[in-house]
Amino acid sequence: MSDERKLLEVSDLKQYFPVAGSRDVVHAVDGVSFHINKGETFGLVGESGCGKTTTGRSILRLTEPTSGRIVFDGDVLFDSQTGEKAKMLPYRRRMQIVFQDPYASLDPRMTVGDIVGEPMDIHKLFSNKEERQARILELLSHVGLNSEHANRYPHEFSGGQRQRVGIARALAVDPEFIVCDEPVSALDVSIQAQVVNMFEDLQRELGLTYLFIAHDLSIVNHISDRIGVMYLGHLVEVASSDELIFHSAHPYTKSLISAVPIADPKTARKSKRIVLEGDVPSPVNPPSGCPFRTRCPYQTEVCSQSMPELAEIAPGHQAACHHIDKVGE
Amino acid sequence: MSEPWLVNIQHEKLSFFTPAGEVKALNDVTIQMKPGEVLGIVGESGSGKSVTAYSIMGLTADNGRIVGGSVEFNGHQIDKLSEVEMRKIRGKEVSIIFQDPMTSLNPVYTIGNQIGEAIRLHTDKKGDEVKQRCIELLSLVGINEPEKRLKQYPHELSGGMRQRVVIAMALACEPKLLIADEPTTALDVTIQAQILELMQDLQKRLGMGIIMITHDLGVVASMCDRIAVMYAGEIVEYGEVDDIFYNPKHEYTRGLIASIPKFYEQEYERLVPIEGQPVDLLNPPAGCPFAPRCKACMKVCLNQKPERMDFSERHYARCWLNVKAAMESNQ
Ligand SMILES: Nc1ncnc2c1ncn2[C@@H]1O[C@H](COP(=O)(O)OP(=O)(O)OP(=O)(O)O)[C@@H](O)[C@H]1O
Ligand SMILES: Nc1ncnc2c1ncn2[C@@H]1O[C@H](COP(=O)(O)OP(=O)(O)OP(=O)(O)O)[C@@H](O)[C@H]1O
Ligand code: SF4
Ligand SMILES: [Mg+2]
Ligand SMILES: [Mg+2]
Repeated sequence: MSDERKLLEVSDLKQYFPVAGSRDVVHAVDGVSFHINKGETFGLVGESGCGKTTTGRSILRLTEPTSGRIVFDGDVLFDSQTGEKAKMLPYRRRMQIVFQDPYASLDPRMTVGDIVGEPMDIHKLFSNKEERQARILELLSHVGLNSEHANRYPHEFSGGQRQRVGIARALAVDPEFIVCDEPVSALDVSIQAQVVNMFEDLQRELGLTYLFIAHDLSIVNHISDRIGVMYLGHLVEVASSDELIFHSAHPYTKSLISAVPIADPKTARKSKRIVLEGDVPSPVNPPSGCPFRTRCPYQTEVCSQSMPELAEIAPGHQAACHHIDKVGE
Repeated sequence: MSEPWLVNIQHEKLSFFTPAGEVKALNDVTIQMKPGEVLGIVGESGSGKSVTAYSIMGLTADNGRIVGGSVEFNGHQIDKLSEVEMRKIRGKEVSIIFQDPMTSLNPVYTIGNQIGEAIRLHTDKKGDEVKQRCIELLSLVGINEPEKRLKQYPHELSGGMRQRVVIAMALACEPKLLIADEPTTALDVTIQAQILELMQDLQKRLGMGIIMITHDLGVVASMCDRIAVMYAGEIVEYGEVDDIFYNPKHEYTRGLIASIPKFYEQEYERLVPIEGQPVDLLNPPAGCPFAPRCKACMKVCLNQKPERMDFSERHYARCWLNVKAAMESNQ
C-alpha cells in the first residue's frame, strides 16, 4: 500500500555512532519517521547536534543506518527488519546532496567545469565530449553563472557563487530529490535571498523534491511546504509550515519560534521570548522518556517514564508530547 | 556646549596596507553615541563593522592605519594615544566580546583564574574580594552554582555558558561601553535568546553603552536604539531603529530588508535579493559604493560620492535619490 504521492518514506530511522575509546554510543538519530511528497520541500530544523545532517546522510546511505526503513519512490533502499539493502549506484543519480560549506565542499584543484562534469562521468552520462561540455554550460547558466566561469577555480569565487557551483554539480545527474544541508547558512543575507530564489526556481522548472535542512526557522518557513522539528535525535513535531508557525503544539517548537529574532521592531517589542533554561543534553546519555523533559516547563512524572509518541493532533499535524492539551494555556 | 559623547567618530578613514595594495576598509565613517545607548552595526561580510568597532579600542592590525578623521571615546582621543595608554582604557572603560568565546578564554586556566585576572588587572581588589566579585559576576550573568564553576575549565562548559563567562569577564570593571562582535552567531537560537535577554537586562541595570555588531536584522530590531548600516567601508545610513525599518532612505537598506523572509506572513512572498556581488575594496567604485548593485542607479551614482542628507537630528543617509527627491520637491 504505497502512496503514489510519496517520494520518500522514512520509518523509525536510527543512526548510532560509537564513541572512540569507550563503550558509549551517540544516539544521533533515534527513531525518526516522516515522508516527503513528490515536488515538495520538507524542512528540517533544530539546534546544533540534534541529528539533522545525520538524518540526511543516512537517507542517502552515505552512512549505513543502524536500523529502520527507507523507501524511495516505492523501492526499499534499506530495511533492517527484512535485511533488504538496495544497490545504491542507480539511486545516487536520482538522490543528491548539497553541502553547507561552500568552501570545503569543492576540490580546489579542479576547474568549475570539471567539478560539475565529474558526476556525469561517474554515471557515464555522456560519451561525446561536446555534449558533455554543452550540458556543463547549460547547468552553469541554470544556476546563474556563465560559460566563462567553467574554466576558473573555486578560490576565484565568492561564497554565493561557490554554493551555485555545488548546486550545479548536484543537478548534473538530473536528480529528482536533493538533500540541501544548510545550503545558505554560510552566506550573507543579501546573497542568501539569491540562492533561496534559485532553489525555488529550479524546483518549479525541474520538478525537484527537497529535504531542506537549516537551523534558521525563518528561512525554513519561507521555503518549505512542511516542516519537521528535531530535538536530540527525535522528531518532536511535523506540520505544514503555516500550521507550525501559527499553531505549534510542542513546547520545544513554541520556544524555538519565540526565539526567532524578528526583523520588525514593533513586533519584536510586543513579543515575549520563551527563554528555555539550560542546555541540550548529550546524545550519548539522553534523558529517559521525553528527550525535552530536562528543559520543559510542562514536564511531569510521566515525561520521565515514557517516550511520547509522534501522534496526529490535527489533520497532517503530528506532535510528540504527553501534555499537548496543557501546552500554551 | 557640545554634548558629552561616549563615542564620537568623525570622518574616519582606515586602510590596510597589503602586498596587493591599499585596502580602504573605512571610508569616511561618522558615528556619535551617547552614554548608555545601544548601537547596532549591520552590513555584509567585509563591510567594515569589526574594523570600525575595534578602532574605538585602538585594536587595529599592524598593517592598518587611521589615515584620516578622528576617533574619540569617553573623552580620549584614541587615534593619538600610545599602545601603553590604550591598554589602561581597554578592559576598564571599554570591553569586547567576540563571536567565538574561546577567542577570549584560555583553555588551560580555570574560569575563576581568568575572571579573577581581569578583576585584579583593572581594580585594586585583592584576595577574597576578588573571589567574591567573581561569584557576583557569574551570578550576574545567570550562571548557577558559581562557586563550582570557578574551578572548572572552559572545555567543561557549553557554548552558551562560555559566552556568559566571557560577558562576566568583560563586565569585571563595569565598562562604559561593551562591544559585542556577533556575540550569538555561533550559538543556537534558544541559547542566542538567552544571551540577548541577558545583555538587554545587564544594559538596563548597569546603564552601559553597547555596540552590537551583527548581520542579523532580527537581532538589531529587538536590541538596539540606533542602527548604522555599513556598505563597503561606509555608513550608508544611520538612524533610530524605526527609521531604518519603517522609513529607510538608502537603497541598500531597502534591499537588505526586502531580502529577508517575513516570519509572520501567511501569504507567500518571494524574496527580493540584492543582485550582484559585494565590492572589492582594492578597487572601490568611484561613486556610491552600492551603485554596481543598485536597481535605481543613476549616472551620477557611478562617478560621484553621494552627499550626506539629514532627515532628522539622528537620521541620515548617503544616496543620490534623496538629493534628487529634494530638488524635485523644491521646484
Ligand atoms: N560520524 C560520526 N561519529 C560520531 N558522532 C557523530 C558522527 N556524525 C555525527 N555525530 C554526532 O551525532 C550528533 C548529531 O550530529 P549532526 O551532525 O547530525 O547534527 P546537526 O543537527 O546536523 O547539527 P548542526 O546544526 O551542528 O549541523 C552530534 O552529537 C554529532 O556529534
Ligand atoms: N589586517 C588586515 N589586512 C588587510 N585587510 C584587512 C585586515 N583586516 C580587515 N581587512 C579588510 O577590511 C575590510 C573590513 O573588514 P571587517 O572585519 O571590518 O569586516 P566585517 O564587516 O566585520 O565583516 P564580517 O561580517 O565578515 O566580520 C574587509 O574587506 C577585510 O578584508
Ligand atoms: S512530554 Fe512532557 S517533557 Fe516532553 S514536551 Fe511534553 S510536557 Fe514537556
Ligand atoms: Mg548539520
Ligand atoms: Mg566582523
